[in-house]
Amino acid sequence: MARPAEVAFSFDGATLRAPVGESLAAALIAAGLRRLGEGPGSPRAAFCMMGTCQQCLVRVDGRLAQACLVPVRAGMAVTPA
Amino acid sequence: MSAPFDLAVLGAGPAGMAAATEAARRGARVVLLEESPAPGGQVYRAAPPGFLVPPDPDRRAGDALRAALATSGTTLLLGHRVWGLGGGPLVPQGAPPLPFRVDALPPDGAPLTLEARALILCAGTHERIIPFPGWTLPGVIGLAAATILLKAQGVLPGRRVVVAGAGPLLYAVAAKLLKAGAEVAAIADLATQGEWARALPTLTARPDLLARGLAWRAALATKGVPVLAAHRVVAAEGADAVERVRLQALSGGTSESFDCDALCVGHGLVPATEATRVFRAAHRYARESGGWVPVLDADRRTSVPLLYVAGDGGGVRGAAAAPAAGRLAALAALRDLGLLDGRAHARARRRPALEHWRAAQGGAAMARMMALRPALVDAIAPETVVCRCEGVTRAEIEAALDDGATEMNQLKQFTRCGMGPCQGRVCGEAAAELVARRVGGRERAGFATGRLPLRPVPMEAVLGDFDYADIPVPAPAPL
Ligand SMILES: Cc1cc2nc3c(=O)[nH]c(=O)nc-3n(C[C@H](O)[C@H](O)[C@H](O)COP(=O)(O)OP(=O)(O)OC[C@H]3O[C@@H](n4cnc5c(N)ncnc54)[C@H](O)[C@@H]3O)c2cc1C
Ligand code: FES
Repeated sequence: MARPAEVAFSFDGATLRAPVGESLAAALIAAGLRRLGEGPGSPRAAFCMMGTCQQCLVRVDGRLAQACLVPVRAGMAVTPA
Repeated sequence: MSAPFDLAVLGAGPAGMAAATEAARRGARVVLLEESPAPGGQVYRAAPPGFLVPPDPDRRAGDALRAALATSGTTLLLGHRVWGLGGGPLVPQGAPPLPFRVDALPPDGAPLTLEARALILCAGTHERIIPFPGWTLPGVIGLAAATILLKAQGVLPGRRVVVAGAGPLLYAVAAKLLKAGAEVAAIADLATQGEWARALPTLTARPDLLARGLAWRAALATKGVPVLAAHRVVAAEGADAVERVRLQALSGGTSESFDCDALCVGHGLVPATEATRVFRAAHRYARESGGWVPVLDADRRTSVPLLYVAGDGGGVRGAAAAPAAGRLAALAALRDLGLLDGRAHARARRRPALEHWRAAQGGAAMARMMALRPALVDAIAPETVVCRCEGVTRAEIEAALDDGATEMNQLKQFTRCGMGPCQGRVCGEAAAELVARRVGGRERAGFATGRLPLRPVPMEAVLGDFDYADIPVPAPAPL
């Protein structure tokens, strides 16, 4: 599969690279970052990839967002929710 | 607000795309709202711009629907998440029905409200997962979820993957994983070989789908992937993420362990009925169609005037049946709005009705395969988390039932199960089965009342420009 150019963004301070426009949840999985936070009684990790489960919640430039619905943009600062 | 549209369609999967296209081509003023950045829905999901996916039958079918939609005259609102619905029957008692109201949130920018005289819901399904120990470990993802990762982005969920659950997606995902370079450690299929043998004849109406399924199985056999029929996941295990999965025959016996770094697991699809529940349409429980479904006539009318449901949201019948259902709903809406006379309607509906009937045979057989399997619910351990948002275990649910909860709304109040951000979309099926066991069936267990917002939205979207300081506070009365 041909992909668009990679851009840099950050997760919790670390710099990552992913093709621009890829879903943030997919980019994090591809980077080996699967544990996105802690929920009540279990860790949080992207699960449904379609906006249903809310397990992929993160903050993108400070705003709460579902990683599976947010496309990767150059320079976006992602932090755990 | 501008004058109402004739028709609003919610969801641009195969059902919604076909519904909007049919109505707009016949001159109706149609708006189609879709949360994703491109039309396609789950099966024909478009890859993001710049991702060049090699064409396959799904891509071609999706592209054909997209092309027809693009020239139909439909107002297409992409990236619009519909969170609010109103109007229609939701008026004070005795008042005449209003046009339907749809509240949507665009990607950036101001919230939008529009009105339509008729509304077709094509919201599709979400995936059912019946909990087991370790299902919340990172590295465990849904089976349908895996198709999104693989299809739209070409990202692998892991390097060595166990694939488990029910239905054709098992083999689709396993074959796609192999093709993308991952190793498939094992496939655990809930169905017996006999179930597949009985289902296959219904697919002869779609030789293309049958051939594709057989090609998947052949690819897996060539690679020597173990396929375990009538097996379930006993547990996913690992310290910080899944490291191994234990599989066991449904009939019992010893479990077998498979090392892996990801588990894709799915127990079928559940129709999205949030919107029909909000409008208080009549529903029935149809296990073999995926769960609670709105009651529909042959033309996809609900019990609420001018409200229609097409596609898997009205009961799982698969991608092949969805466009025909969409066209039937669109024609019925035009007829009911007086935009199409009775004779023209009778003539126009013949083809989609036949197409739908044909495709729904195979779709129904696949839906039966993906229907909820009570044995999985029986096997949920007391300490297993059922509601992940609120951390509610099976034991806590059983305790609430001991304390007298008799239906889903009470269970929610007693335990917070289903009250978190997913609004019960993930835990609802397992929780409802646990209630049903005590009260004698899913009909009695009921479902949580439909509530807005349909999807989480930021508070500022609901409030708009409203500011606390704007509340007029009357001057205090003199003492
Ligand atoms: C994750 C997933 C993956 C699947 N993958 C496959 C596959 O690979 N092959 C296959 O044969 N079948 C697959 N299926 C089954 C498939 O859903 C159907 O057979 C087919 O896509 C049904 O078409 P539909 O038009 O009814 O619904 P869908 O295709 O599901 O379309 C529904 C659309 O409505 C939109 N929507 C829903 N709610 C809102 C809202 N509130 N606001 C805005 N938009 C909204 C969704 O974004 C979606 O685009 C999958 C199902 C799921 C859930
Ligand atoms: S992965 Fe489920 S909402 Fe994002």
